[in-house]
Amino acid sequence: MNLVPHLPALQVVLPLLVAPILVLLRDARLCWLAALATSVTGLCIAIAITGQVLDGETLRYAMGGWAEPHGIGLRVDELSTVLLLVVNGASTLALLGGRASLLEQVGEPRQNLLFAAWLLAVAGLSGILVSADAFNIFVFMEISSLASYILIAGGPSRRALPAVFKYLIAGTVGATFYLIGVGMVFMMTGTLNISDMELRLAEVGDTNVIIVAAGFITIGLALKAAVFPLHAWMPNAYAFSPHIVTAFIAACSTKVALYVLLRMDFFVFQKNLVNHEWQFAFVLMPLAAFGILFGSIAAVFEQNIKRALAFSSLAQIGYILLGASLITVAGFNAAVLHLFNHALAKGALFLAVAGIGMRFAHLRLDEVRGAGRRMPWTLTAFAVAGLSLVGIPGTAGFVSKWALILAVLDRGGLGVALLVLIIVSSLLAVVYVGRIVEALWFGEPAGKDQAVREAPPMMLVATWIAVAANLWFGLDASLPGELAGRAAEDFLRHLP
Amino acid sequence: MNHILNLFNYWVFVLLLMIGFYAVIARDNLVKKLLGLSIFQAAVFLLFISMGKVSGGTAPIVLDGDWDAIFSNPLPQVLILTAIVVGISTLALGLAIVVRIKEAYGRISDVDAPERRSGPP
Amino acid sequence: MSSGLLIALALGLPLAGAVLIGLLGRWPNVRETVTLVTALALAVCVWSLVPEVMDGARPVLRVGQMMPGFVIAFEVEPLGTMFAALASGLWIVNSVYSIGYMRGNREANQTRFYACFAIALAATMGVAFAGNLLTLFLCYEALTVSTYPLVSHKGDSATVRSARVYLGILIGASIGLLLPAILWTQHLAGTLDFEVGGILDGRVTGVATGFLLGLYVFGIAKAAIMPVHRWLPAAMVAPTPVSALLHAVAVVKAGVFTVTKVVTYTFGIDFLAGQSHVDWVTPLAAFTILAASAVALAQSNLKRLLAYSTISQLSYIVMAASVLAPMSLTGAAVHMVSHAFGKITLFFAAGAIYVASKKTELYQLHGIGRRMPWTMAAFTLGALSMIGVPPTAGFVSKWYILGGALQAENRIAVFTLVASTALNAAYFLPIIYRAWFRDEQQAPAPEHGEAPWPMVLALTVTAGLTLAFFLFNQPVIELARQLVVM
Repeated sequence: MNLVPHLPALQVVLPLLVAPILVLLRDARLCWLAALATSVTGLCIAIAITGQVLDGETLRYAMGGWAEPHGIGLRVDELSTVLLLVVNGASTLALLGGRASLLEQVGEPRQNLLFAAWLLAVAGLSGILVSADAFNIFVFMEISSLASYILIAGGPSRRALPAVFKYLIAGTVGATFYLIGVGMVFMMTGTLNISDMELRLAEVGDTNVIIVAAGFITIGLALKAAVFPLHAWMPNAYAFSPHIVTAFIAACSTKVALYVLLRMDFFVFQKNLVNHEWQFAFVLMPLAAFGILFGSIAAVFEQNIKRALAFSSLAQIGYILLGASLITVAGFNAAVLHLFNHALAKGALFLAVAGIGMRFAHLRLDEVRGAGRRMPWTLTAFAVAGLSLVGIPGTAGFVSKWALILAVLDRGGLGVALLVLIIVSSLLAVVYVGRIVEALWFGEPAGKDQAVREAPPMMLVATWIAVAANLWFGLDASLPGELAGRAAEDFLRHLP
Repeated sequence: MNHILNLFNYWVFVLLLMIGFYAVIARDNLVKKLLGLSIFQAAVFLLFISMGKVSGGTAPIVLDGDWDAIFSNPLPQVLILTAIVVGISTLALGLAIVVRIKEAYGRISDVDAPERRSGPP
Repeated sequence: MSSGLLIALALGLPLAGAVLIGLLGRWPNVRETVTLVTALALAVCVWSLVPEVMDGARPVLRVGQMMPGFVIAFEVEPLGTMFAALASGLWIVNSVYSIGYMRGNREANQTRFYACFAIALAATMGVAFAGNLLTLFLCYEALTVSTYPLVSHKGDSATVRSARVYLGILIGASIGLLLPAILWTQHLAGTLDFEVGGILDGRVTGVATGFLLGLYVFGIAKAAIMPVHRWLPAAMVAPTPVSALLHAVAVVKAGVFTVTKVVTYTFGIDFLAGQSHVDWVTPLAAFTILAASAVALAQSNLKRLLAYSTISQLSYIVMAASVLAPMSLTGAAVHMVSHAFGKITLFFAAGAIYVASKKTELYQLHGIGRRMPWTMAAFTLGALSMIGVPPTAGFVSKWYILGGALQAENRIAVFTLVASTALNAAYFLPIIYRAWFRDEQQAPAPEHGEAPWPMVLALTVTAGLTLAFFLFNQPVIELARQLVVM
């Protein structure tokens, strides 16, 4: 049987099928192996899909042989490919390095449930990316969210619970807003298929209902994607979840929500609503700018490493949104590139943090001072990934920042102001990454604990693979560049 | 006046949505927040269901080969069936978390605040 | 061996060395052998590129596409060859010296030190051979980042504070000023390649030219033009081998090298000569020369004095380049070499004094020449070279710079050269006098003689180079002329 045409479906179905099996398994190691194997297979599928997408056209798949728009369709284009790689790559690396850390933080008896939830999250996130149907996106969004709540609630500190509760409320409200918007569009067009929606909206484009629907969808997704100022749930959810879970969630979950935002706002609404660009110029762009500034400044003053990195994520989400809200090909290209590159940088950083977290009970700066002397490999990885976050040339972060700045400069006077903003926030990034690295390497060790030693080898391997990816895609960005470039061209076709 | 009556279902939707949303935002008690969330979601369910209703339409079942009968649109109901399942799961998970919060903190409201003062992590 | 492979080796060898050093950290002797072997191999690679370049070849190596339209490329041209040959050659001497210094001082974290040092050298090679502005920027930043752990090596709070200043100014200037300048250039010219005659001719005029040049001159903070010079004295908290090779040769020369490259290949000398809003560079450089010399006069710490002297000497190069006369440009290139020999000798001597006697301040140096004759003899030669007294290296380059200044009838430059020579003499001669002709106030607590032999060997070699360069400078001048002829 030839599986190749079924790859988009398998991407979702495989983890979805393995997850319940894991619940039945008792042995923690076996569960981990099964989850890792599933994730690796998922990554291979994503790579195979990437190959196909790079070769030619958008992949389409009709579930059960029922043709779109009546059947449920799957659809994979360049934009979704980028994120499929991110989701499955982050899951694989986090699982590869994370066994010891998860055992320590979540406890042995609950490993099977943990990995089951993990695979459900992977399935949900992948499902969002391959879906061609707005309602299915909602369902997958909820599957991935529910699974993520479970993962985050596994954190060892009791503060994980209020954090995850907050996330649950925010996430559900966001998803429900999205559902309201989709319902209104459905009311006007009678379809849930995204491509179909785009065509049929042309007839009803400028009605109030559609405008309100677009607003609901944008706000709901912005809440899920932690766009400033709707980010209140994020810092604590990242800070108190198990470290490895943070590495996985931070690399992809907000980005997938952003993906849906881009997909709906740019591919569906942009063409059909007169003056829709106002939404970007007067709402999303200022929010992105404030988010960049606020996130960077908050990160500078934050004492907890994970919270500092969470605030930095807020700023990075701002970059992505800023690029997109320029509504130019170059800007969209930069946004997609940054989706990919920021996931690389943040994933690597949180993996390194997970390594530190195995040796220190608390991740406050004053407690982990001087850790670099005892765990140099982990902290070298942290430093290099930090450079990528700052956007030092030679790392992936530079490539997307460069693309973003070039895109911004096309906007004349406003562009210069935005350039200044990007430069300032980059300098702030130097400060917040620098002070963490400085404390880790050159601070006087606070504790007397001689037990501090290098992170486990698997963790180091995973971290360094992520770091190597940062360097590789910093020096040769042809793969993400190609995908982002094509996604941007595709986006151009959806403009009026 | 007619305007209001004709759009009756939407007014209910808006009212329920607001009631639910208010509870989510304004209540400290976590269970009440969840109740608000449920009302909030139920409002959306009603919106979908009511939009599928066609005046004078029957259930979308072909009886006696009568293809010309006016049906209500069945799709929203199917969708909302899924959404209800999602909503139930969310509620269940939320309540489970509340139980754990009660175990860990001994209370189910105002759990974020005292962390600033003292207490072990 | 093909020249492309040689370039790749020049970049790859130190990196490979760094990884090996990191892995072999447990066996210090093996680790140091790796450093020495890497340094030797690197020098062989770089030096075997020299004959080709002197024959007019321009070997190219394309590494990969960073993003559409931006290729990471390396191209060997005369100035870069000179810089790379200089840095790689001195790395050998410096490694010998490092071994003596680090062991003599019982420094901690030596593995990190040697590994970062090797990475810094790789970055230096990258700067020297960079084929376009983006590649240059990439390596420039890599150099900043890789030297940060070296500066903050000691790890106490004062050192970390200084290192913060170091990183803050260098990264701040490069992201805040240099990056916008590069972006602007890309926006104007559509390319970032280095081309003979520049890429900006006709694309920018008037005040904008001056502004862009300003972004470059201040953005390249490694050239230490005032007021972005503060990082250099701050960097003096580093172990002396770092100050000697990196902050007297590799890093600072990377700065002036970048300025020179931008002036010649991005703007183009002829283009700049025809512009009216760019004539502020010469007075600024002249001011830096004189002001830094004046500040040096007031220093009591030997290494800080040398740092300010470096600031002033670097501005000689910038000033020479900004005079825009062929002869002064030759002088700029030659001064990169001659200052390197002299200043590394001075730093070596300062480090030797510190290791042997733990003395760092000028007033402690009474009569030290009698205890450490080799060291102080080398110091004297280095100081004479800084002043520009024959028969030392400094004389050669000053001669060319002065010649160029006279050729261009640039009165500011001529005056600055004369005045700064006097100032140089005013702060170096008292040290020499004190070391040789004054008596020790009291005998040092533990008696000491010379520093460990690897250090003495190293500083003798560089002092010898300072002398030798006076006589055997033909190849360097030949290379420098090629720069002008193009």
